[in-house]
Amino acid sequence: MRFISKIIIALMVAGALSSGVALAAGGKTKPVEHYHWSFSGINGKYDQDALQRGFQVYREVCAACHSVDFIAFRHLGDKGGPYYLDECPEGAPDTLNCSNPNDNPLVKALAAEYEVEDGPDDSGDMFMRTGLPSDTIPGPYANEQQAAAANGGAIPPDLSLITKARKYGPDYLHSLLKGYTDPPETVELDPGTYYNPYYKGDMATLLKPEFVDDQGKPLEGVEVPYGGVLKMKAPLVDGIVDYVDDSVPETVEQYSKDVTTFLTWTAEPKMEARKTMGKISLLYLLIMAVIVYLSYKQIWSRIDH
Amino acid sequence: MSHESTYVPGTAIERWLDRRLPIIRLGYDSFGDFPTPKNLNYWYTFGGILTVCLMIQIVTGIILTMHYTPHVDYAFASVEHIMRDVNYGHIMRYAHANGASMFFIAVYLHMFRGLYYGSYKEPREVLWIIGVIIFVLMMATAFMGYVLPWGQMSFWGATVITSLFSAVPVFGDALTTLLWGGYSVDNPTLNRFFALHYLLPFLIAGAVILHIWALHVPGNANPTGIEVKSSKDTVPFHPYYTVKDGFAIIVFLIMFAVFLFFMPNALGHPDNYIPANPLVTPEHIVPEWYFLPFYAMLRAITFDVLFISSKLGGVIVMFASILLLLFLPWLDRSKVRSHRYRPVARGFFFLFVFDCLFLGWLGAQVAEQPYILLSQLATAYYFAYFLIILPLLAVLETPKELPKSISDDVLSRSQKKQAKASSPTPVAQPAE
Amino acid sequence: MNSVTQAEQGHEEQEGETRRDFIHLLAVAATGFAGVGVVLPAIHQMNPDASVRALATKTVDLSAVDVGQAIKVMWQGKPVFIRRRTEAEISEAAETPVNVLPDQLSRNENLSGSEEATDANRATTAEWMVVLGVCTHLGCVPLGTDDGDNRGDFNGWFCPCHGSHYDIAGRIRKGPAPENLGIPPYEFVSDTTLRIG
Repeated sequence: MRFISKIIIALMVAGALSSGVALAAGGKTKPVEHYHWSFSGINGKYDQDALQRGFQVYREVCAACHSVDFIAFRHLGDKGGPYYLDECPEGAPDTLNCSNPNDNPLVKALAAEYEVEDGPDDSGDMFMRTGLPSDTIPGPYANEQQAAAANGGAIPPDLSLITKARKYGPDYLHSLLKGYTDPPETVELDPGTYYNPYYKGDMATLLKPEFVDDQGKPLEGVEVPYGGVLKMKAPLVDGIVDYVDDSVPETVEQYSKDVTTFLTWTAEPKMEARKTMGKISLLYLLIMAVIVYLSYKQIWSRIDH
Repeated sequence: MSHESTYVPGTAIERWLDRRLPIIRLGYDSFGDFPTPKNLNYWYTFGGILTVCLMIQIVTGIILTMHYTPHVDYAFASVEHIMRDVNYGHIMRYAHANGASMFFIAVYLHMFRGLYYGSYKEPREVLWIIGVIIFVLMMATAFMGYVLPWGQMSFWGATVITSLFSAVPVFGDALTTLLWGGYSVDNPTLNRFFALHYLLPFLIAGAVILHIWALHVPGNANPTGIEVKSSKDTVPFHPYYTVKDGFAIIVFLIMFAVFLFFMPNALGHPDNYIPANPLVTPEHIVPEWYFLPFYAMLRAITFDVLFISSKLGGVIVMFASILLLLFLPWLDRSKVRSHRYRPVARGFFFLFVFDCLFLGWLGAQVAEQPYILLSQLATAYYFAYFLIILPLLAVLETPKELPKSISDDVLSRSQKKQAKASSPTPVAQPAE
Repeated sequence: MNSVTQAEQGHEEQEGETRRDFIHLLAVAATGFAGVGVVLPAIHQMNPDASVRALATKTVDLSAVDVGQAIKVMWQGKPVFIRRRTEAEISEAAETPVNVLPDQLSRNENLSGSEEATDANRATTAEWMVVLGVCTHLGCVPLGTDDGDNRGDFNGWFCPCHGSHYDIAGRIRKGPAPENLGIPPYEFVSDTTLRIG
């Protein structure tokens, strides 16, 4: 029973883990490439420089179409966030506590660069005012209808949670962003759509007429390409964002890595605090397990068993 | 309680209280001095572990309700508010979400333990039946809880599962409309699920009290399956089993902590981080892992039987697979409780465990061949195990010889152990 | 039954037992400490969350407020009274000696709060009196801001719940309230624009 019990537990855990691994019907997507991120592993932390660069990429590129509705400016100054300050910069008044995101001068300055809608005022009208740390970062569109109208019917998803809303989120996002290629010879794309081998979809429906039989099935020997088409064209181009730090390469690869780091942070901003608590809790539980085990052995040694 | 009370009030206050409300006596007799077989192994610690799980779920759940908003427009955002802004909110929410999974891991092991050692047999039928009721309540609670974050899987899971009731002949549509409070899953549905999700755990807690009561009347079963014969067979619950359960609970919490702190989304589905959208169905709807075996049985019925459509058939099979457990004490008529002494039944039992895991795996696959056929075979074995194999084995099988008493068995085992292992005993060895 | 055995053993073999008892004590202590570690976050979660702590500031346009009038605005879910005082009111407030006041502290968040409750320490600009509209007794909203309100015996604010009278500088003069009305942090961005918070 004891040996078998171990097998059962192993199987149950394996079963639980693999339960999410199910193949989607339809076309195949290219398996995502896996990377080692600064935030991977139990000691993983967000690289603050990468977060700042990632925010810059988001702001200058992604924000044209995508919102991050769950992020307020003050979040950027939270511990573990892109603009967190341990200590105030020189010249700030002594009473200021810059580790408080609401007083963080970088966050305040950043918020002030945006105009946000407020109101209604006393006469009942909405009005624009300078952003405050407590405001959420304004999105590009007023509502879903406007977003759809501006993007050929496709609503650009909110990016706050995107890396948790996709399987292998960060790896997927990075693969997708740098994965745009020319469509394979065998397919014909509609105008305004772009091919990506990592995107979900079924390329069989887009095969050129000479590669399908009269029922629309691919001819023998014709391979259906990976991936699908999306209405977002490759957003990143070498040199599109100008980094302050000249030592960082201004390439698609680097932009993609940075914005992925940023969007992993937006999805899971409390990760560092969670992992720290986890390590303390686990250590404590392990010590406790030893103590209670010794106590248990001692108590049971009093009787024949 | 079945044993005579040995509680002696120590102080004047205890004496005063004992004559008015003997609550300390109740606690002492149930968890202090309660005579418990001395041969319970680690498989018997899941009762304690489950109590802890229930407490964790209720406490974290109440905390989450302090910050959650049950409205289709705000539910998803309020969960994100908990994750981002509430003090320790992310820990509370991950603890609650992963806690549900831990609860089911423990309950399944607890149930398999009961099956293996024949804990459902006379005189513990009521104990077993209350356990099945608790299991059903747990599933209802977990299902409704998964709807509350109002993500894509919440919405579509709710749609698919509530639509099962439309399979009921004649009243089907009226029933789903009643469940939904509308013509689709919408705000009224979310609100009533929230209300019931808050209520059911307290029903579970009540049922757990009955479960413990029904345990303490006949006393614990044990791995030999033979009844306690003398006080030599037992030890007081405290400190022997408080410390043993305590150790097991800590080990369980270590596993819990690994999930909670380092892989909190491993058991969840990414689609549930997409806000519910009634216009877009996810490509592949899967329930939470703990429902997968039942989901597989639901989908296994792809054919009509007489006037029963495949849809209704699937629903019947799924509910029957759970309700069947209620009749288990009368299906397995073998006089020998423990599978330790039933070599043939033991083989079928392990095949049954494998079958359940296999069904779980199949539940996560797409509804295509060969998975459908495999699901049908696995479903057939699930029912055959209870309806054919166990009843037949009760008659056909020759069990091994039972030990004379629990203490005899314990002594002979420890002698064997000493003879076999002259080397130091491994750390994680259960004390049988 | 067993607890008796345990006690007996404790008496018989005291030497070995002290070390062994220690492990049980340690086990109980570790469990208790873990319990505290779980309970504290479970309580702390009820404290104001980050979105609440992000004190939104409130900008108020005062150009429409005439001398002798007052307005009420909401800030952090609480009413703030802003009164444009007349010359007579200002001199009356300034002439009130501090030693007749039940609460002689300024309660002004723009200062340290523990200065003398002179009118100058209560109002940054003598013309504008800005106070939190929350009675320091049990939290009702005092009357006296709207035209025609009962302004109490001291011509300031009057709390109808339990009869606390505040003067024109928001200082408690009579009644059960223990403290002067609080003064929120504020700043005049321009002559007629006030930013609270």
